[in-house]
Amino acid sequence: MVDIRIPIGLMFTVVGIIISVFGFFTMSNTEMYHKSLGVNVNIIMGLLMLIFGLVMLYFAWRKKK
Amino acid sequence: MKVDLGWIDYMIMIIYFLFVLGIGWFLRKFMKNANAFLEAGRSMPAWVAGLAFISTNLGALEVMGMTGSGMKYGMLTTHFYWIGAIPAMIFLALFMMPFYYGSKARSVPEFLKLRYDEKTRGLNAILFAVMTVLASGISMYALAILMENVLGWDFNLSLWISALIVLGYTYLGGLSSAIYNEVLQFFIIVIGLLPLVFLSLKDIGGWVGLKAHLAPIALSKGFAADTFTTTWKYSGQATSNPLGVEWFGILFGLGFVLSFGYWCTNFLIVQRAFAAESKEAARKVPLIGALPKMFIPFLIIVPGIIALALFNDPSKGFTLPLDVAGKPIYDYTIIMLLKQYLPTGVLGLGITALLASFMSGMAGNVSAFNTVWTYDIYQSYIRPGTGDEEADGKHYLKVGRIATVAGILLSIASAYIASKFGNIMDFLQTIFSMINAPLFAVIFLGMFWKRTTGHAAFTGLLLGFLMALLHHGLTIPAGATTLFKGGWIAVLHTYPVEMAQNFWTAIIAFTVSTVFTVGLSLVTRKIKSDAELKGLVYSLTPHELDAKGLAWYERPVGLAILVSVVAVILTVMFW
Repeated sequence: MVDIRIPIGLMFTVVGIIISVFGFFTMSNTEMYHKSLGVNVNIIMGLLMLIFGLVMLYFAWRKKK
Repeated sequence: MKVDLGWIDYMIMIIYFLFVLGIGWFLRKFMKNANAFLEAGRSMPAWVAGLAFISTNLGALEVMGMTGSGMKYGMLTTHFYWIGAIPAMIFLALFMMPFYYGSKARSVPEFLKLRYDEKTRGLNAILFAVMTVLASGISMYALAILMENVLGWDFNLSLWISALIVLGYTYLGGLSSAIYNEVLQFFIIVIGLLPLVFLSLKDIGGWVGLKAHLAPIALSKGFAADTFTTTWKYSGQATSNPLGVEWFGILFGLGFVLSFGYWCTNFLIVQRAFAAESKEAARKVPLIGALPKMFIPFLIIVPGIIALALFNDPSKGFTLPLDVAGKPIYDYTIIMLLKQYLPTGVLGLGITALLASFMSGMAGNVSAFNTVWTYDIYQSYIRPGTGDEEADGKHYLKVGRIATVAGILLSIASAYIASKFGNIMDFLQTIFSMINAPLFAVIFLGMFWKRTTGHAAFTGLLLGFLMALLHHGLTIPAGATTLFKGGWIAVLHTYPVEMAQNFWTAIIAFTVSTVFTVGLSLVTRKIKSDAELKGLVYSLTPHELDAKGLAWYERPVGLAILVSVVAVILTVMFW
């Protein structure tokens, strides 16, 4: 029908990029990350999502080939 | 209490909405007949159906409820997973799925029709249809009120928007769309809640710090210091743990009756396995679902336990809204934790995770409702098939789509009723959930004892249900303030907690149902011949315990062993 890994991969890649870029530009905002105990969770989670999304896309692409 | 979301949080939510609707839009062209729409054409790979299987169960009430229970009962809440789900999932996969899938039944009520008779199917179909609509209405209400109180979203707006999105993708793509989205939602729930687990654990000083924080709390409640971080250790007596249930109640009530009743007979869950591409795949579905299921406690229960520590440490500034009696409202635990730790950005992701959990549960309810309505009620009692398969397929597709719209509208209506008469809705849900335990007794006997007759099954189902009702009417949990919690006939027994009452209600329903079904089967005439029961009953069906020629992890038995070993390790680790 359709490989579900494609929409999952796309969504996580897009959201991952948005969150990590946002995290990058707010890096110096210590007030904002006070909540998260000083950890820039946006960069960490954003990159994690990006990697997950790309892995999904890779597997979908490999299957297609 | 309110928290402000930034533009980026809304942007993440909107992207998520676009993707779920997009999946439905993409699948719409495959929906050519009722079979494609209501059964996903029986074409799903095992891993897709397996993740959907677990995602449907991970609805909003599960996430909110389990985090709240973590705060109330501590690590004992994991009993709902390691003992209260895994054994039942393994049993379903290995022993029941061959008959469910092999019978070609399109729903659990239809299996009852094939195995027993029309009246047993009718009773189950109608109760199930009512129960699903109630359940999705209640979870819709719970989520919308949460969003209103914490995020300041308008109650009506969030109710209608979330319902219409679910309607959009289930109307367009049917069960396939529900399942595909459940896989997507599963990953969002996990990734969205992940930062919460790490940040809250870090804040409290890791597992060791958590234990140290919880010891004085446990002692002040009259329990041993490590009660909240252990599972079986203090289950010798009901009074020595916060759950209020002793080992027998946990093992038999939760681990057997309640969990087998839920996992092995609830069509909402089992439907995902019915959609698998082969019998082999269908058997693997619950096992693939069981693998992540075992680790979900770390995602939603552990933060709840941490919340208990935070709540009792004023320096952390963690609060929960209080009810009129001054007690914390446990359902808010998860969202208050999100608010506590997540900065804008990942906060949007966390809120999206809650919305995703709501949608996966709701879509599960809707896709089960429309199937039972179309096949077990409409096709059976209103308009039977004409014999022209193509025309019928188109006709029932249309009926299925109308049932999808109707199901959502009824859920919305029941959400509004829940907002006005919450107690009554909770009561009704308790009542309807009493059908699960007798249903398991009847299906189990039907699959493994060929002598079981239709009259006996019908009576067993009904009497089990009525006895459960009677038990509920005669007992109350300690401190109950309304008759909706029990004791509406007279009070013969008081349970320490509501949980204990639920367990015993199920145990009694199951026992009564089993005794009557067995007894009456022996004295009623067997109507269905052995030939008719082939493929439906264990002793009359050629056995195939395991697939041949596959790697161990591709075989149901191999996977079942893997799941059991991990479950035992987890149980021992947190004993």
